[in-house]
Amino acid sequence: MIFLSQIINGLQIGSIYALVALGYSMVYGIVKLLNFAHGDIIMVGSYVLWFGLSRLGLAPWLSVIISITVCSALGMLIEKVAYKPLRNSPKISLLITAIGVSYLLQNLSQLIFTPNPRMLPNFFPGYVSIGGAQFAVVTIVTIAVSVVIMIGLSVMVKNTKMGKAMRAVSENSDVAQLMGINVNNTISFTFALGSGLVAVASVLYCCSYSQIEPTMGSMLGIKAFVAAVLGGIGSLPGAMLGGIIIGIFESLTKAYISSQLADAVVFGILIIVLLIRPSGILGKSIREKV
Amino acid sequence: MLLEINDLNVYYGAIHAIQGVSFNVREGEILTLIGANGAGKSTILKTISGILHSRTGSVNFNGEDISGTAPYKITRKGLSYVPEGRMVFSQLTVQENLEMGGYVRNQSEIAPAIDNVYVRFPRLKERRNQIAGTLSGGEQQMLAIGRALMSDPKLLMLDEPSMGLAPILVSQIFDIIKELNESGVTILLVEQNARMALKIANRGYVLETGRIKFSDEAHNLLDNPEVIKAYLGG
Repeated sequence: MIFLSQIINGLQIGSIYALVALGYSMVYGIVKLLNFAHGDIIMVGSYVLWFGLSRLGLAPWLSVIISITVCSALGMLIEKVAYKPLRNSPKISLLITAIGVSYLLQNLSQLIFTPNPRMLPNFFPGYVSIGGAQFAVVTIVTIAVSVVIMIGLSVMVKNTKMGKAMRAVSENSDVAQLMGINVNNTISFTFALGSGLVAVASVLYCCSYSQIEPTMGSMLGIKAFVAAVLGGIGSLPGAMLGGIIIGIFESLTKAYISSQLADAVVFGILIIVLLIRPSGILGKSIREKV
Repeated sequence: MLLEINDLNVYYGAIHAIQGVSFNVREGEILTLIGANGAGKSTILKTISGILHSRTGSVNFNGEDISGTAPYKITRKGLSYVPEGRMVFSQLTVQENLEMGGYVRNQSEIAPAIDNVYVRFPRLKERRNQIAGTLSGGEQQMLAIGRALMSDPKLLMLDEPSMGLAPILVSQIFDIIKELNESGVTILLVEQNARMALKIANRGYVLETGRIKFSDEAHNLLDNPEVIKAYLGG
């Protein structure tokens, strides 16, 4: 029973990693950028949520919608201001800029909200009993919401016009333009979508962990990045799988080995996977005829 | 004139790649640009399609100056470009590649347009759900042409469509180009295979290191001793 509940806990945090990893992977797929500011959007989403609830006294659902909107807009803004001017620059310039944006967001947040942690309420209190084991409602909600979002995203990328355009741009943006696809809009949309997913992740995260601070996004973001690389960066099913694997290993390590070793195990898994399968679990090493 | 190029100058950094090139394409014809490797043929097509920008000179399409316009807008005006090396979306299926080609069209027009492509290229229909990267070179070329036709272009620009194909496929591709032209599509064809290109073209321009050296009716160029010596293998 302990084992099962640890697996469920792992699925919960893993779902959150997966939602963040999806954005990492989508952005990497389309502009070949490791957007290290992506994790900090979690923090922004959390603070917007907190501000809406505690300072403006808005209803939770409204705060959540505002948080998602603000994060999506911020994602697009960051792309336009920081990354778009560097699109034809060496990748290393983009990478350094992304790290810079990450620090900018963290420090702006410290300036505005102070470094002191803030508390958020759990929107989904209570417990349910499944098969004799007790589970927090928030755990079930987190897993369920993530599954629905992942299925929705997969269907969207596979079947919609915008989803296909995203795949076309990610493969060859020059040729995609020749098809009449507005590449700038497609990239903006991808950033908005990825950041919106992060906002959802931040809501789910806040419900479980209640405490937020300006640097909270950094470790979460890095773990989501590990999840994306583990699954195969650029692959959406890979990001989901990577997130879940990281979550479960972390949870089991905390339960059976030591809480302090959890992060070490996560990064250890990354190193092992990169040694054995550098393109990640579901990463493609495509064979093409020319 | 469907397409008018006036005094085009294109640079790659300090290299003056296209030096004052002017030519035009008449509605309904096949015009071919021939010339050696590095003469600037592909550069001209890339400039017309908006991927590259000219420093000076103008590109008029259908009576409208399109120089400096974004590539995706140029496609929407009815100018389709099949790039060198085919450049199909290798991770998308055949059908999805065609859907992308019809990106600028209304949803209701896409299915009939795809059917048209399948009528022209039955091979693509057989492979509609196959990932495009796994097609043979000839099939990829058919897909690239089919994809470009999806936007229902007034002018189709083809960059080295015969490159890397077996001889039997080369003549098949040229037959297809001729058929397309007969069905009403104006064609601007860039080719290394000068003889084949001139055989199906109405007119031709010979490009040498960024300048136009000869321009004439295609059959005259086929008989021109200088052209024969330099481009048609003696």
